[in-house]
Amino acid sequence: MTRMIVRRLLIGVFVLWGAATLIFVIVRVAPGDPAQVLLGPDASPEQVRQLTATLGLDRPMFVQYLGYLGDAVRFDFGESARLGRPAMDAVLDRLPATVDLTLTATTIAVVLGLVLGVVAGGRPGGRLDRVVSAATIALQSFPTFWVGIMLTLLFSLGLRLLPSSGVGTPAHLVLPAVTLSLPFVAIVARVTRSSVAESMDEQYVQTARSKGLTERQVLLGHVLRNSLVPVVTVIGAHVGGLMGGVVIVENVFAWPGLGSLVVDAVANRDYAVVQAATLLIAVVVMVLNLVADLVYPLLDPRIRLESAS
Amino acid sequence: MTATVLPDHVPLARRRGTGNLPAVVVGFFVLVAVFGPLLVDYDPVHTPLTDRLRPPGSATSTGTALLGTDGLGRDVLAQIIYGARTSMVIAACTVLVSCLVGVTLGVIAGYARGWVDAVLARVVDVFLAFPGIILVIVIAGAFERSVLVVVIALSSVGWMSFARVTRAVALSLRERAWVDAARVLGVSRVSIVRRHVLPFAAGPVVAMATLEFALVVLAEAGLSFLGIGLPSGAVSWGQTIANGKQYLETAWWISTLPGIALSLLIISVGILGDQLTARYGRGRLPS
Repeated sequence: MTRMIVRRLLIGVFVLWGAATLIFVIVRVAPGDPAQVLLGPDASPEQVRQLTATLGLDRPMFVQYLGYLGDAVRFDFGESARLGRPAMDAVLDRLPATVDLTLTATTIAVVLGLVLGVVAGGRPGGRLDRVVSAATIALQSFPTFWVGIMLTLLFSLGLRLLPSSGVGTPAHLVLPAVTLSLPFVAIVARVTRSSVAESMDEQYVQTARSKGLTERQVLLGHVLRNSLVPVVTVIGAHVGGLMGGVVIVENVFAWPGLGSLVVDAVANRDYAVVQAATLLIAVVVMVLNLVADLVYPLLDPRIRLESAS
Repeated sequence: MTATVLPDHVPLARRRGTGNLPAVVVGFFVLVAVFGPLLVDYDPVHTPLTDRLRPPGSATSTGTALLGTDGLGRDVLAQIIYGARTSMVIAACTVLVSCLVGVTLGVIAGYARGWVDAVLARVVDVFLAFPGIILVIVIAGAFERSVLVVVIALSSVGWMSFARVTRAVALSLRERAWVDAARVLGVSRVSIVRRHVLPFAAGPVVAMATLEFALVVLAEAGLSFLGIGLPSGAVSWGQTIANGKQYLETAWWISTLPGIALSLLIISVGILGDQLTARYGRGRLPS
């Protein structure tokens, strides 16, 4: 167990180093003098020279890279000239809003996905199964940003039930969270369905039925519990996708989280914030993947940790 | 970014006896992308403001706007037609680049194994550390706006699935008797890979290319919705949808209709990809 965790952590550190390097390369290969970009087009050559020296941009590339890595380890990505404060502070400020959004969306995805999956898988090939199958195809194919706009059109402009953008009340959270969750509802439903459908032929289901339990009791008490492992697996595997969805959804609903910060920073070439935000996201995704890997054996002792690594 | 992973049981379309429908829809979109711009004129810079926000079917100064006009008086149908071309061209180029890079690296890793394979696996780990769309946004945003940059940015994420599929095929093939035979006969590595390994990867790679096409169309639309990557003169569905957002209350059609076209294309390509995957498998081989 410990060996596996250490191994995973070492791989994680390597991956983060690679990720930091990748971002460094992209930012340095990009056209434009970073000092000029930071100061804007109106800066005098003297100002540009000065900032170049302050940022150490006149040092050899390799020295800059080492300095960058050293700073990155301390999560110090420098000042954002645009925001007038350390980049990491700006990123951490936005984190809670994104956590709210992703947690709510994950909850919706798990609850709705489990319900749909159990309903569909309880009678494979039945009418409900086919309806759910068609719905999951649609949910996974519709572009998230368009779905968000359509939900806004329907629920805030048409029915006037929910606010269309911004933050403040729990009502503000509903549309963004639902929009973000829909593709994952489909994924959870699909996985639950196939695992439930598979379990329906198992001996323990026959035993439960022959005890005289109703079909509902069999499904909820026996089949569902055993279907949770693949659901945890699939959520762990899709944390990255969820963070990707956040970028789009936060922009549709003007949600003040990490996703809208990243897009803003990219659009304004605010590389300090781009580096801080992308690496923080990489760390979060890595940690959550690790946690998911550690949780499977608790849910299903048959999974050996060695094979999970 | 998580589109078109469809149920692994029998495809819905086939059960209903409409197995060819997705192919027909995709074919229609291809025709529109190729010939549409020849039949319909559209100039993104021409903005007849007297025609702005006309609902579908209205008469305008240049004819009838079947699908209405946008906030600058430009025809929505024409934007959908030109946007189809943009989407298709970018998706086709991206899939081609991803496929070339992915298949090359995948076959090398799978056939050579050992440290080459290990290095490739770690490189993939690094690329997977970021949610795909974020890497695409950072790359596309860092460079001058152009179609080429968008293709490169999308390919930076797209090559990995091709590498995975091809690696799996190459791994299982290198142990086959005919590959051994070729090796014993002294056939060069390159020839073995080209004549005895790659042909078997064709089916799975084509299936993967189709699924990847759907994902790329989706990602490109997301990118242009965010206003990153494409030059301002380019017409794209994502851009039209984004432009319509501010007029939702008065002009629902601007965002709604291109989104329907986009969804229809993605669903059709996705189902087509699943049909191909069911036929050729994900790296499954004839034994």
